[in-house]
Amino acid sequence: MIRQKWWKILCGVLLVYTFIAGFLGGVPAKPILNETIRNLYFHVAMWFAMMVLFIVSVIYSIRYLRTNNHKYDIYALEYTKGGIVFGLLGFTTGSIWARWTWGAFWSSDPKQLGAVIALLIYLAYLVLRNSMTDMDKRARIGAVYNIFAFAMLMPTIWIIPRLMESLHPGGMGNPALDTHDIDARMRVVFWPGAVPGWTLLGVWITTLRIRLALLPERRESLHPTPNQARKLRNA
Amino acid sequence: MNSPYICGPKPGSISSAKHILTLFRKDLLLEIRQQYTFYGVLLYVASTIFVLYLSMGEPESTVWKGLFWMMQLFICINAVAKSFLQEGKGRLLYFYTIAGPKDFILSKLLFNALLMILMSLVSLGLFVLMLGDPMPNPLSFVAISCLGGISLSLVFTFLAAIAARAQQNAALMAILGFPLIIPQLLLLSRISNIAFEDVIQGGLATMSAVLLGLDLMIIALSLILFPFLWKD
Repeated sequence: MIRQKWWKILCGVLLVYTFIAGFLGGVPAKPILNETIRNLYFHVAMWFAMMVLFIVSVIYSIRYLRTNNHKYDIYALEYTKGGIVFGLLGFTTGSIWARWTWGAFWSSDPKQLGAVIALLIYLAYLVLRNSMTDMDKRARIGAVYNIFAFAMLMPTIWIIPRLMESLHPGGMGNPALDTHDIDARMRVVFWPGAVPGWTLLGVWITTLRIRLALLPERRESLHPTPNQARKLRNA
Repeated sequence: MNSPYICGPKPGSISSAKHILTLFRKDLLLEIRQQYTFYGVLLYVASTIFVLYLSMGEPESTVWKGLFWMMQLFICINAVAKSFLQEGKGRLLYFYTIAGPKDFILSKLLFNALLMILMSLVSLGLFVLMLGDPMPNPLSFVAISCLGGISLSLVFTFLAAIAARAQQNAALMAILGFPLIIPQLLLLSRISNIAFEDVIQGGLATMSAVLLGLDLMIIALSLILFPFLWKD
């Protein structure tokens, strides 16, 4: 499935669709937001992609703890890195948007704070991994921290910003992904185009990096038995 | 691993509670005999608050509150970091043979929670003594600082376990802990507004419920994840 071409082509098609329909398609005219509402296709969709990558990473961490298969540790690490990249992209696109709607790149809004906390937590994951040299230990402790951090992250970005005053769309009566805020024209770009498009791009980048990370291990087994070779090919 | 000689007793049995209690008593006894953590942290707290007093006298309530929670954070790192780092490799192996991982982590969580409650109360007293008392409702703040002490100690106990397994010092614990603790500190500082302002704010019950929920989740996660840290 990973080596197949169709989903990479689909990813390209969806993103081209997102860009063309996103910039040229019609949007409802909202006060203050105006044309910046198009950021929905980029900023919000990138957060979706980040969440998917982090969730996949946690699933691989759990699988590592259950099986002790070293491959799953590499998967978890690379999906986390992919998630961090999309988190940074989502943060940047949000900041640029905030500059033209709220008036400043940074206004210590709860949503912005939550995003920074999430990024710090995952950067700490990378630091923790680098602090150990033993491969098994690094994998196991990294997996434990990844699961713990993910469980702590959820309240941070889903619950706590909702308890505080925020300018962000979706809170305090500001417009967001609501039925009366975005109309059918936007929905056909956002749901089928932007969200799967950016997510697939994240998965694509991550799978490339996973293959790169697995290469040294493959090189170690230059003369594998046919059975091992089959296993490696399916990896 | 499956040999009955290495494996600890089955968790959930009556002996589990006994094990937790014994391990807890051991920590307590060590503390009473050695008198290092308590007095060490006490001196740390007293001198830091004294430095704060020298540099700013009696601050206004917002600063007071911010300083108080920052102080709790640093106390917690200092007090809790030792709980795993002081156990040598040989001693951990010994505990491994006589008790299950869940008993062990529960006894540590319990001990550190009590230690932090004590430390929070002591530092609250010192704060009021040296930096003034800007609170209209001091009694509710006593309860909040106990809750805060417990919340902080739970997170840092688990992180101390991770840092100890990674054979790193307390610096790694701070790197791991600071981002993770921000949600709780935010909630605590919001909740503690009730002690500082006469106006009752909305959403207080929700925030307390979220904080308690977080605490319960951390205990559950520690119980699930610690066995994986434990085995080597």
